[in-house]
Amino acid sequence: MTDNKNLLDFLLIHADTGNIIGHRLGEWCGHGPVLEQDLAMTNFALDHLGRARLLYQYAGEVGGNSKTEDDLAFLRHEYEYKNLLLAEFSNTDFAHTVARQFFLDAYYIDLLEELIKSSDQKISQIASKSLKETSYHYKWSSEWLIRLGDGTEVSHSKMQTAVNQLWEFTGELFVLVESETYLANEGIIPSADTLSPKWKKRVKEIFSEATISIPDRKYQQTGGKSGNHTERLGYILADMQYMQRAFPGQKW
Amino acid sequence: MLKNDHEKSHKTNIMKNWPLFEIFIRSKNGLDHRHVGSLHAADAHMALENARDVYTRRQEGVSIWVVESKDITASDPSESGAFFEPAEDKIYRHPTFYELPEALKHM
Repeated sequence: MTDNKNLLDFLLIHADTGNIIGHRLGEWCGHGPVLEQDLAMTNFALDHLGRARLLYQYAGEVGGNSKTEDDLAFLRHEYEYKNLLLAEFSNTDFAHTVARQFFLDAYYIDLLEELIKSSDQKISQIASKSLKETSYHYKWSSEWLIRLGDGTEVSHSKMQTAVNQLWEFTGELFVLVESETYLANEGIIPSADTLSPKWKKRVKEIFSEATISIPDRKYQQTGGKSGNHTERLGYILADMQYMQRAFPGQKW
Repeated sequence: MLKNDHEKSHKTNIMKNWPLFEIFIRSKNGLDHRHVGSLHAADAHMALENARDVYTRRQEGVSIWVVESKDITASDPSESGAFFEPAEDKIYRHPTFYELPEALKHM
């Protein structure tokens, strides 16, 4: 792969992740457990969507085939989407949403921190804007994980169930695909060895405070970053892309 | 119980168990904190974060105070006559009898 192709691939992984997790969080709109959390989650949705837009715009430049952010978001198929599998996991209940966000936030907080040092200036700028948002997201998700985990018997068991179910999608965070390996060697993005211990440390700390045990399940799903998704993504894209597919080029 | 009723009573329970907090926001450095509304939260820490999410989404603030509503002692509206009306005819308490130097602005 050429330089640009690797970079494009990396941008799409995170743009798609932002877009899909933004969509998932947006699904809570009007359904939050209380008004305050409804707003918190939809705020996060917009943070992720904003980040996705910046990355799509940059991907459009890098791709060099005059694709716009909208083309990239609304006209790519499931197998072309590169989001992390965690992002497409259904909201299920509040505990699942908290667990999903925690795993992702704990990953992004260190990734973004490292990306600020990237030799690619644009990536560094996007990372430094996003890190402020993610720091707050992390605060929110880790605190809720602790509250629910170390809460009542019911909340503890719901939290543990959610963690158990999502665990198998966390391995993917640190299994680099070809493009990532290339960029890591070039010093444009951090290596998995830099990120993985930090993530594990965060998980260990927060879980111990939350009295949640780390699942001992070894098997890990991968594939999101190379376009192999769970069945959930198709439904999201059908929802999200319907309008542009039915009325191509339609504008607000 | 129907599912909806169940959800409703669940929500009322949360509202019953979670105390009410009054939210004060300083919109800019140098200005006072102003009361902007109230919300429910499990504790003051959560109230602070909820206030951030509910009341500062449009850059309304640089600082937030939260106070549990029960900690506020308020004057009784039925006593407002005795409390406030005696001040009505004492205009000499207003500093309007002084001429202000021109250099003084925003008084």
